[in-house]
Amino acid sequence: MSKAFSRIYIFLVFFFLYAPILLLIFFSFNSSNSNVAFNGFSLRWYEELFHDEEILRALLNTLIVASLASVISTIIGTAAAIGLSNFKKWKKKAIMNITYIPVLNPDIITGISLLLLFVAFNIPGGFITVLIAHITFDIPYVILAITPRLRHVDSHLFEAAQDLGATPVNAFFKAVFPQLIPGIVSAFLMAFTLSIDDFVVTFFVRGNAFSTLSTVIYTITKRKIPLSINALCAIMLLCVLTVLIAVNIFDKRKSREEFK
Amino acid sequence: MDKVIIRLQNIHIEFDDETIIENLNLDIKDKEFVTLLGPSGCGKTTTLRTIAGFVTPDRGDIIFDGVRINDLPPHKRQVNTIFQKYALFPHLNVYDNIAFGLRINKTPKEEINKKIHEILDIVNLKGYHKRSVDSLSGGQQQRVAIARALVNNPRVLLLDEPLGALDLKLRKDMQIELKRIQKQMGITFVYVTHDQEEALTMSDTVVVMKNGLIQQIGKPKDIYDEPANAFVADFIGESNILSGTMIRDFLVNFDDAEFVCVDKGFGENTPVDVVVRPEDIAICDPDKGAIKAVVKIVTFKGVHYEMIAQSKNYSWKIHSTQYQPEGSQIGMNIIPEYIHIMKKEAGTAN
Amino acid sequence: MKSRVIAVPYVIWSGIFIIVPTLFVGYFAFTDSNGTFTFENISKIGKYANVFGRSIVYAAVATVLCLIFGYLLAYFMAHLKEHQKSLCLVLLMLPMWINLVLRTQALQNILMDNGVINRLLGLLNIPSLKLLDTSFSVVLGLIYNYLPFMVLPIFTSLEKLDNKVIEAAQDLGANSVNVFTKITLPLSMPGVYSGIIMVFIPCLSTFVISEKLGGGKVYLIGNVINDMFNQNYNFNVGAAISLVMMLIMIITLVVFGFLDDETKEGIL
Repeated sequence: MSKAFSRIYIFLVFFFLYAPILLLIFFSFNSSNSNVAFNGFSLRWYEELFHDEEILRALLNTLIVASLASVISTIIGTAAAIGLSNFKKWKKKAIMNITYIPVLNPDIITGISLLLLFVAFNIPGGFITVLIAHITFDIPYVILAITPRLRHVDSHLFEAAQDLGATPVNAFFKAVFPQLIPGIVSAFLMAFTLSIDDFVVTFFVRGNAFSTLSTVIYTITKRKIPLSINALCAIMLLCVLTVLIAVNIFDKRKSREEFK
Repeated sequence: MDKVIIRLQNIHIEFDDETIIENLNLDIKDKEFVTLLGPSGCGKTTTLRTIAGFVTPDRGDIIFDGVRINDLPPHKRQVNTIFQKYALFPHLNVYDNIAFGLRINKTPKEEINKKIHEILDIVNLKGYHKRSVDSLSGGQQQRVAIARALVNNPRVLLLDEPLGALDLKLRKDMQIELKRIQKQMGITFVYVTHDQEEALTMSDTVVVMKNGLIQQIGKPKDIYDEPANAFVADFIGESNILSGTMIRDFLVNFDDAEFVCVDKGFGENTPVDVVVRPEDIAICDPDKGAIKAVVKIVTFKGVHYEMIAQSKNYSWKIHSTQYQPEGSQIGMNIIPEYIHIMKKEAGTAN
Repeated sequence: MKSRVIAVPYVIWSGIFIIVPTLFVGYFAFTDSNGTFTFENISKIGKYANVFGRSIVYAAVATVLCLIFGYLLAYFMAHLKEHQKSLCLVLLMLPMWINLVLRTQALQNILMDNGVINRLLGLLNIPSLKLLDTSFSVVLGLIYNYLPFMVLPIFTSLEKLDNKVIEAAQDLGANSVNVFTKITLPLSMPGVYSGIIMVFIPCLSTFVISEKLGGGKVYLIGNVINDMFNQNYNFNVGAAISLVMMLIMIITLVVFGFLDDETKEGIL
């Protein structure tokens, strides 16, 4: 009896979570420009989407910022995680607490504090400020993703490699680094997704001319809302779904291999 | 000690199309220390969990003190379990862990206090009541788990390989402790282990299991001296097991030699399994021995030397306090009482 | 491997882009547009006391509702079979990765006067309800966006529960109610605290949700900050208000056990 209740409840909650989004996607195929009355199947909004310069430019900006920010933050963050693991206890704790600040701060505080920094030094809002902001909130997540993995790294391999003649640098890249790769990959993906998805921080530091996908969606939905937004939502959902499924399969395959 | 407190009748348990327990019948007597002994996967833990109520048999009955308790959920049964990894409540200290069952039963506060300090005394953990669980060593956690179960005065205590995680010395000390507690409190212990030495040390009765079937039930000494089949012989203590032929009553042939033995009833010229314990072999001069062999490997084991000696047909394991150098020729003799004959089992080595 | 110097780039970066901006918030809060030290901005905060109060109430209500519905979901999910569990996890995480604005827009569409809900009501001959631009729609929007953030940490801590501990409790006489109140609930508290932090703080600071679903009728502290920085360009008062918000946030973190390592790890 309670099993049935649990199934129904789970279903209801997921229905609640997905109904609005699925409806949005449903209306993306609407032949008329209405979010309430469906007048027939059409792909016109997808076509319009691909011709919307504003959105396309924002998409390009988003991809460039996200790619750059995730690469840079992964490099700096991984180096930081490794270096920090060798710090003395109090220094490490202090820096880790600082690292938590962008994670725990509401986005709006991160956004305005960076804005104030840029204002104080007369740096105009645009690509650079957005990039800096993204790197700033990506790095902590990279550090927090990699640090626990470091504990599981077998440092004996590092010593064994040196024992067999490798220099410390060589030993690191040949013996330790491969063990970190899955952690680095997932940290990279996390940073990338965070950057793609971010709205509030970007909104505050972007200035007037630079738009990312999320800010452009915000501006567009403040005016009249064309259904190309729905089409955009459908495509974004598809992308996220693909990535999540891929990650899940990759994880399962990895744990099956480790099990062997 | 003769009253049956738990009777398992025709218990049959299947899981995922695999038979875990096959038609098991077992009587456990009151105040007895019974051990279920066997290799991994033999069904001993499943049997224990069936008594506790965490496993429901597909067929068969569990009878507790004359009452069928199949449908009684675990929290209503008068048994308590000690889990393999203790399963102490991490968010409660020692006192609250032990008090858990008493509080559920709405025992008055003063009585709880008295009982807990009594039980802590019995398990040698006096003064530990305020400690947190994760500040305790393995052995101490073990004793808290025991106290937590015993304080409820169960009729029967079920122990699922409780000493597995402890180091050797501690394990041996705890074996003596557990036996003492059992005798002192007069509780029936049903103990599960794969360690045959542990079973022989602690138990009044040993139940040897394999693949869901009981192989032999008996007192430790009886099982050791008279194993019922090759499996039991091999599992309990160390054995030499080889094929032989029962020529007629009291006479057996193995390893190209004839021996007088004390078994009968196998017929004439019947193929049988022969079991000889390593410590039951007498070493002598090569010409004075019934079997001649060459010593291949000698290992010093502290209590004795363990020697592997190769005869014409068999690689013998011998325990002796006499040292024989590797490569030397020896003769072996076995007195009739030390030769155990068993019905031939499929798949015994020659 | 033992190198410490490779962390230096990050230390420098965090100094410039985490510590300094935070200090600047303080600086701007306590100076006026000319740079002279003043308490004026702080005193102006008083004007917004009722907005603060309102934001706290909205955030608290949303958090409590998320806690009730979220704990139930986490509990049921934790008892599913393995493959069902992974499926539910993926389904739960998916909305988190969809743009906040889009999610809120989707909800807005449904709640509109001629949106799907009202149309369905119309079919049943029930008069249409004003669902949008109300406190209801804002709270609903908060729950809609942040429910997964409550479910995940609670689910994680329920998953970590050793089943043997539950069996031990049953073995000692606990029925299912006892097991829940004495074992499951206390042991899942780290997850609950994480969840509360991860929902309350974003709810408190939201401006998109109150703007889109409140239509100007629900004016929260996030909206105030947004206006200060993007419209009035009154950075000083804006900074002062942000400072107060940071204070509230720190109090929340301390109260709900940020200092406890287990909860900290749970947040991630």
